[in-house]
This record gives sequence, structure tokens and C-alpha cells, in this order.
Amino acid sequence: MAGTKEIRTKIKSVQNTRKITKAMEMVAASKMRKAQERMRAARPYAEKMRTLAAHISHANPEYRHPFLVERDTVKRAGMIIVTTDKGLCGAMNSNLLRAALAHFKKLKDDGEEVDVCCIGGKGLAAMQRLGANVVSHVTPLGDSPKLDDLIGAVKIMLDGYNEDKFDRVDLFYTRFLNTMKQEPLQEQLLPLSGDHLGAPEGSWDYIYEPDAEAILNMALKRYIETLIFQSVAENMASEQSARMVAMKSASDNAASLIDELTLVYNKSRQAAITQELSEIVGGAAAV
Amino acid sequence: MNDTIQIDVVSAEEEIFSGKAEFVVLPGESGDLGIYPKHAPLITSIKAGPVRIKVPDVEKEDHIFVAGGILEVQPSIVTVLADTAIRAEDLDEERAVEARKKAEEALEKAASKQEIASVEAELAMLKAQLAMIRREGK
Repeated sequence: MAGTKEIRTKIKSVQNTRKITKAMEMVAASKMRKAQERMRAARPYAEKMRTLAAHISHANPEYRHPFLVERDTVKRAGMIIVTTDKGLCGAMNSNLLRAALAHFKKLKDDGEEVDVCCIGGKGLAAMQRLGANVVSHVTPLGDSPKLDDLIGAVKIMLDGYNEDKFDRVDLFYTRFLNTMKQEPLQEQLLPLSGDHLGAPEGSWDYIYEPDAEAILNMALKRYIETLIFQSVAENMASEQSARMVAMKSASDNAASLIDELTLVYNKSRQAAITQELSEIVGGAAAV
Repeated sequence: MNDTIQIDVVSAEEEIFSGKAEFVVLPGESGDLGIYPKHAPLITSIKAGPVRIKVPDVEKEDHIFVAGGILEVQPSIVTVLADTAIRAEDLDEERAVEARKKAEEALEKAASKQEIASVEAELAMLKAQLAMIRREGK
């Protein structure tokens, strides 16, 4: 009977799809473990660095580093967008890009120029489609990105800030909460304000050795580098987790589709047998 | 006197040490720094060398090797943001000697100023590592 053969081919193709999604799920699971370890290992350093930056921003040194000075007018803004290189990882990239786009539109509506630095292929493609001015990008990231690879692209943004080309730089990345949950996050990279870093009340006064300028230059540069590196590590861990979850649900969907199709197939097979039987019986009765 | 100070040594790779100590000695940019509790707030850069931490009620000092970084001191907290930090017991003399040989060879071959600078920095770090291993050995 027609139909059974088609259903059989359909089942086969869904089974093949399931094999692929299952394999991708397992690859993502093993990569996820490594990415999470890397991210966890880097967290204490990043957190200490953040506290240090918060303290510095509240201190009153004789030297004010340009990164610490709030500017009155914002004419040109920079955005650093961290996304994944590859797709098939659920809504993670689209959630992040939605947040980034909202910020982008808001800046444009306020009549500001926006320059974008993209880390990761998905963000780059989206921003280029949008016609944004992409000044630098890092792609592909690979599985374990090194700081050296990222610094070049980010340095363009920092130099732009130092040369007064930008008055503000924001960082967008996906923060890893747990395997099931990741959230898009916007963080103001420059100027560095102590308020959103959660600096303690009161003013701080440090002894700077050898002098405030050298130390602040070094510390703040390192702070930015650490923040970028950490955001990429979080993005990686989020990517692999999101992909694993997405592939798991795809495999589960495929499995239930196969069950349904098998049911339909068996029904139609039995219908065919019943029909054949009744035809034979009917034919015998007629004789 | 059981005054203690909270010490945190973290490197980009991992958290190396976190706990209370009676005092700590660090390789500051302009000479070694000894820090006791209630030290005045201080921020400085540190160079490659050993960090010695005296933990209360333990005779032997904890030794950690750092390859440079930033030091932040507050009256009750000392934070070391190390570029690379290795516990003394994980240091391996043979490996350090071999790495130094390689770095010296690289220095001869290095062409650009930037390369020379980076190799020299590595050499300085390895020398400090070796010095620490040898002191430990005695």
C-alpha cells in the first residue's frame, strides 16, 4: 500500500537526524566541562581585579587616569559584542544581540555615532547586516581563546577612548549562571565608575609605588584585559551549555517523532493486511 | 599577639592561596616588602620572585613563586594579582634549567626589539624561579 514506504523513509531520515544531534550533544557536553573549568578557574582573579578597580575608582590619587573620568557629553560610543562563532546553541546569541541592538538603536536615536568591535562570528555577521561601523573583530575564536588574540581588537577601542574618539565603551556578553541558564549582560567598560562596581563607601587613599600614574596605567589596563578575557570564557561556557541543552531537546524531539511515525506506520501496515484479508475472504465468498 | 591579615594570592589560572597570615614578604618593584597587619593602604607592582607567607601556628613559611603582578594592601587584606603563580613544591629545577637554556637560545636568535624584550622578561622570571628552588633545596 502507498504511504507505508514513504513513512518508512521518513522514519529513516529522522533517525539519521537524531544520530547527528545526539553526537553534537555529546561533543558539546565534553567541551562544556572544559570550558566551565576554564571559566571557574579564571573567576577568582577577575573578581579580585574588579574589587581592585572599584577601590581605585574611589581613591583620590593626585593623578586622574582618563579611564576613570566621566565625560559630560557622549558624542561617539563604542560597543564590544562577544558572541559565539557557530550557531545551533539555542536562543543565546539572539538574546544577546537583542540587548545589544536595543542599546545600538538608543545611541543612534540620541544622535551618537557608534563603532563596534565584534568578538565571535555571529555578532560580526549580525552587525554587518545592520550596516554598523565594525572597526575590529576577532574570528574565529577556537575552543580556548588566548588573551593575545583578543587584545589587538580591543586595543583599537581603548586607543580610541584615549584619543577622545569615544566617550563611552560598553561590553556585551553572555554570563554563565548554570548549565540550564545563561543571561545576556551589558557592562559599562569605560569610563570606569565605582558605583556600578559596588565600591565601598568613603574615600580611599593609597600609597602608590613607584608612582600613581605608572601603577594606575598598569592596573587599569590589566583590569580591562581581564574583563574581556573573562567575558569570552563565560561566553564559551555558555555556548557549550546552551548547545548541549539545545541538542538534547532536538534529540528528544526526534525520538518522540520517531515514536509517532512508527505508530502511524504500524497502523497503516495493519490496515493493509486487514484489507488484503477481507479482499481474499470477499473473493472466496463470491466463488 | 595573634593579629592576622587576610592574604589572597590569585593568578589568571587559579586561586593559589587564601587564608590568614601573621605576615607576608613580597618581591616589590623597588625591593622586598614585608607586610604586617594594619599596614597602610598601598598599591604597587611586583616583580618575579618568591612570596613568603607566615601562617599562624605553622612553623614553616608558605612559599609561592610569582612572575610579577599587582599587589594591593589594605589594613586587613593583602591581595596579590599574580601573572603566574606556582606553589614552591610544584617548582621543578630541571624544567626551569631547561626552559632557561631555551630562552637564552631564543635571545640569541631574536631579531626584533619586541622579541628581545619578551625573551628577556621570560629569562628574568626563570632566573628568579631557579633562585627560589635552590634556596628551598638548602
